[in-house]
Amino acid sequence: MSDTAPGSQEGRGPTGSGSGSPAHAPAQGDGIRSRALSIGIAVGAYAISFGAISVAAGLDVLQAQALSALMFTGASQFAFVGVVAAGGGIATAVLTAFLLGLRNGLYSLHLAGVLGTPRAPLARLRGWRRAAAAHFTIDESTAMAMAYEPDAAATRRAFWTTGWSVFLLWNLGTLLGAAGAASLADPTALGLDAAIPAGFLALLWPRLVDRSAWALAAAAALGALLLAPALRPGIPVLAGAAIAVAGALLLTRGREA
Amino acid sequence: MWPAVLLASALAFLTKWAGHLLPEGLLERPLVRRSAAMLPIALLAALTAIQAFWSPVGFTLDARAAGLGVAVVALLLRAPFLVVVLAAAATAALLRAMGWG
Repeated sequence: MSDTAPGSQEGRGPTGSGSGSPAHAPAQGDGIRSRALSIGIAVGAYAISFGAISVAAGLDVLQAQALSALMFTGASQFAFVGVVAAGGGIATAVLTAFLLGLRNGLYSLHLAGVLGTPRAPLARLRGWRRAAAAHFTIDESTAMAMAYEPDAAATRRAFWTTGWSVFLLWNLGTLLGAAGAASLADPTALGLDAAIPAGFLALLWPRLVDRSAWALAAAAALGALLLAPALRPGIPVLAGAAIAVAGALLLTRGREA
Repeated sequence: MWPAVLLASALAFLTKWAGHLLPEGLLERPLVRRSAAMLPIALLAALTAIQAFWSPVGFTLDARAAGLGVAVVALLLRAPFLVVVLAAAATAALLRAMGWG
């Protein structure tokens, strides 16, 4: 669920002074509901494949549903079941999902400063509101919120409306996909294992915005494949990605303020 | 499986929650910002490569790779997520039905 990955158009993180918003963001609050709904529907359709792939990977329907309801961050969920499907072991699955979810922490770091309440727009959220905002902090809700900054009321409404829309439809889609796949005799006969890399690529695609993103992706992919013969399943992904990121940071050291 | 599902979910939530507790100034550190932008790209690329081309016997070009090729075409045509994924799965299923991969 990241076709609206914040900052992807600009190749920056969600911190790029609010410029990482979808290109055609209207300045008015109108249209928030319909945009949130269409994002939710697109994401929900994708959740159908997540549910089906989870069951093909060996999870049961309830476990797939728990991931969507509790983890609620698409790329990490996908990585979790992908590593499990590849026989990568539980600890590796947890670690890979965690690393992919780290960007959500940066999103909420930014959102904490812009999501007040109607009565106290500048104050930080507290208590259950803060917990709910944290849970809803994903690519889509962050991108929508940032699209409406600096209008505080519209930013808030965009965040919560998108959060609810994606949460409900993502979970509905997961249920449909998981229950559907569970009713099949042999999910791999339908090519569901081939759906896994395609799903990762679809998540990666909107982030490949410039030559350095392509180079980083190629280095990580190549590194993982070269390391694969020597390491246990699951580890080459982490090692290849770590080497590529470390290399990119070294090569571009001091180039950006 | 359940402990892993719950642990990974808890970690995902704590990551999101931590952002609301930490000072926003952390974002101004270039290293934090750039690593955060790069990490998903590198991880997703490595996951794609391993899932498409690796099998217990080593580097493999089979129905999954063909499915990935079709997915690339679908993405170039700006197809939505579900179409991309379904096209890859259908390609692999078709090739296997024909006895390849």
